[in-house]
Amino acid sequence: MPEKTVQNLDEVTIRFAGDSGDGMQLTGTQFTNTTAILGNDLSTLPDYPAEIRAPAGTLFGVSGFQIHFGSTEINTPGDQCDVLVAMNAAALKVNLGSLIDGGTIIANTEGFNDKNLKLAGYTSNPLTDGSLDKYRLYAVDITKLTALALQDMNLSSKLVDRSKNFFALGMMYWMYNRPMEPTIEWIKNKFANKPEIKEANLRVLKAGWNYGETTEIFSVRYEVGPAKLPPGRYRNITGNQALAWGLMAAAKKAKLDLFLGSYPITPASDVLHELSLYKNFSVKTFQAEDEIAGITSALGASFGGALGVTTTSGPGVALKTEAIGLAVMVELPLVICNIQRGGPSTGLPTKTEQADLLQALYGRNGEAPVPVIAAATPADCFDAAFEASRIALKYMTPVFCLSDGYLGNGSEPWLIPDFNELPDISPKFRTEKEGFFPYLRDDKTLSRPWAIPGTPGLEHRIGGLEKQHITGNVNYEPQNHDFMVRLRAEKVERIANDIPLAQVEGDASGDVLVVGWGGTYGAIKSAVTRHRQRGNSVSHLHLRWLNPMPKNVGEILYKFKHVVVPELNLGQLIKVLRAKFLVPAVGLNKVQGLPFKAIEIENKIDEILKGK
Amino acid sequence: MSTLVEEILKAAPPASDQKMTAKDFQSDQDVRWCPGCGDYSILAQTQRVMPDVGIPRHQMVFISGIGCSSRFPYYMNTYGFHGIHGRATAIASGLKMARPDLSVWVVTGDGDGLSIGGNHMIHILRRNLDINILLFNNQIYGLTKGQYSPTSEKGKITKSTPYGSLDYPFNPAALALGSSATFVARTLDRDPKHMQYTIKRAAEHKGTSFVEIYQNCNVFNDGAFFQFTEKDTKDDSVVFLEHGKPLVFGKEKDKGIRLNGFSPEVVSLKDGKWSVNDLLVHNEKDTTLSFILADMTYKPGIPRPVGIFLAIDRPVYEEEMARQIAFAKEKRGEGDMVKLLNSGDTWVVQ
Repeated sequence: MPEKTVQNLDEVTIRFAGDSGDGMQLTGTQFTNTTAILGNDLSTLPDYPAEIRAPAGTLFGVSGFQIHFGSTEINTPGDQCDVLVAMNAAALKVNLGSLIDGGTIIANTEGFNDKNLKLAGYTSNPLTDGSLDKYRLYAVDITKLTALALQDMNLSSKLVDRSKNFFALGMMYWMYNRPMEPTIEWIKNKFANKPEIKEANLRVLKAGWNYGETTEIFSVRYEVGPAKLPPGRYRNITGNQALAWGLMAAAKKAKLDLFLGSYPITPASDVLHELSLYKNFSVKTFQAEDEIAGITSALGASFGGALGVTTTSGPGVALKTEAIGLAVMVELPLVICNIQRGGPSTGLPTKTEQADLLQALYGRNGEAPVPVIAAATPADCFDAAFEASRIALKYMTPVFCLSDGYLGNGSEPWLIPDFNELPDISPKFRTEKEGFFPYLRDDKTLSRPWAIPGTPGLEHRIGGLEKQHITGNVNYEPQNHDFMVRLRAEKVERIANDIPLAQVEGDASGDVLVVGWGGTYGAIKSAVTRHRQRGNSVSHLHLRWLNPMPKNVGEILYKFKHVVVPELNLGQLIKVLRAKFLVPAVGLNKVQGLPFKAIEIENKIDEILKGK
Repeated sequence: MSTLVEEILKAAPPASDQKMTAKDFQSDQDVRWCPGCGDYSILAQTQRVMPDVGIPRHQMVFISGIGCSSRFPYYMNTYGFHGIHGRATAIASGLKMARPDLSVWVVTGDGDGLSIGGNHMIHILRRNLDINILLFNNQIYGLTKGQYSPTSEKGKITKSTPYGSLDYPFNPAALALGSSATFVARTLDRDPKHMQYTIKRAAEHKGTSFVEIYQNCNVFNDGAFFQFTEKDTKDDSVVFLEHGKPLVFGKEKDKGIRLNGFSPEVVSLKDGKWSVNDLLVHNEKDTTLSFILADMTYKPGIPRPVGIFLAIDRPVYEEEMARQIAFAKEKRGEGDMVKLLNSGDTWVVQ
């Protein structure tokens, strides 16, 4: 056996890329789960086309999955990848730009046949024409090696072809010294009823590993040690799964049934799928006939005393808009989760963006204030969903919980919370008949009583027409309307008393403050950390609550010479900050359907520092 | 673990044995429909029937959308939810799934229920939640002051159709049947007895009940149904559907409906050619027949069918939902958040 050297690395970014039918998402997910179990910190970025099976070999059919993992703190899926696994020519063409100079390419030679080269627009084969000389290129005939591993099984060529991603996975497991057992277990479970496919995938996975072990092509193996994470039990989790679990945890802690009214939409459908699994938690999921029925059914359930939730993406929110206004008016708890995607209109269904902030803050007729919270990382979706539910129940209001495609599909290791330590958020239903009016107000929160049907003596009517203060009767008087509009606004403002003050990461004053919200948290954190390591006076303010904002945001902003606001939109939070605090903030805006690279933010900060 | 809702319902005092009256169902709100509106009769008949339905009013919820009809919940001394245009059926669906113990009623109109809310209407019917829908059909938009509706006759001249409407009208009963409704009925605002009977039957039906009520809008579409509701024309223009009975009509009860192939035709019982034995006998359990009867609606020369077209049993959505939950609990045990959070692949960092 040839001698292999082992090299230690702090962090690595690998991108798996192939046809949308090549199983790259599965390969990436398996690699991720195994890596998580090994104790690395990690962050992932699935990047796939909207078409389910785009024509094979085409550029627009390329599906990618990037994982950044290390023994150090990992905040982003990686600006560039160190290793590119390209299953065909199109995958190479689309992804070569994100590979670092000197990076590694593992290419499936069969994917570079004449047809594939033509489809990808190559006039000569990059694997042989020397154009990849600056990279470390490993050309492996994965297709053929897969077929050889299965030659005695008499499988259809289609089935053989479908297994080849496991060969690539096996090789990568070998190269990065990861155990195969978690994937072996997974294959055994997943294909328990399909013994042929199970056997084929197991064989191919091991063949890939053995290929790395026995051939002389790969001279180096890499070792990435576990990260120094805070002690405790961890699991890997995607944003959408964390969001679903956060809602379930909230319902349990509220002692209410969870009701989800939802309509399938990318990239939010996985929340519906996830919640549909947990009927034994009394979770009721309703796949409605449309987005509007999704939210109105949830509101009806809330009227009956459930924790009503609807999940969607931007186009769905547009359809739900009128019902959100109704929820504001009838003052019932409701959680509206928007897993944002590229817009406007149908936009880029599978790509990420954070351009729905103003829609969440202002996108309704009339003065209709809605609290808005945004998750920062995949695992943070759990806390954001829980917090959104807490506020909805306590203040009797709809609450927006914003996530995005990058968070929803991305994953990271998560220190599993102690469920018993989560706060009790159970509401107080009104049962006392004496002195009851549906629009009475709690002195502190200004919330109205929640009196559910079935309670004797509290029969009352609610609706979208303006309500008279206290009695809740329909009322068109000018003074009453003015009063009620202001009261609903103040109720939402008072939530600021109930949320933590904003915390600056870094010094409390200085040259540059980078203000972010939502899924850009990791990239901003990385960029700010690098600047601080370089000795620059740069700090980071992350806004979790966008409405209301923590009370101390203004005073924090005023302590910095420059405020820069990176956003995956054309400047939405910055508008709010300028309007609210009159700060001359500078934007960094990108709308490419992709998350920020840390370097982009780092460079912007450099620009600002130079100009001071 | 029982939910807070269950705890509250358990703690609620039992309903009094004293029989309620119509007055118990009248709220303290002033009724604000135009004087002479057919809605008054529907409200009165509903309030009159409710005591017989036998459900305490705190367990009843009336849900509506937008339009004249949709003010209805304000006038019922029950729980009520005045929603947004067209969505009452969806709000009601969510409530009923969350709270199968409640008696849920939807009050809607031809615009609210069949135009802007048409999608939710067909879906609630196919799902068959145990909800009662009262659809006030006045063949006009009243609250927006007189535009044509999806049930207006073709060629209708209104403010928005000065040259006459081009749309062919919906036949609500046929639409409901086509959506696989399990209870479909038609009644008349000016026939209190028939309406009371029909509403009571709807309340008793397990599954979604769809009741179309011909309702006169005396301001924007006065007399749209007078042919079917007024004394001098009603008997010859309406055939009442009664389960197990032949379809006889006419002032002298001298006419009937027989089937010629699949087509209903009017026959005389006077000229000796046909007798009652030759007539079509109504069977409200027969889905095929219900389509034929509903199809009589706009046929020239055929009386308007009024009554219960169909009343059949089919599993009820919210009960099946509860069954799935019970099944999952039996199979996997009561959900445990701590276990779930720690399930699957986990690892410990020291």
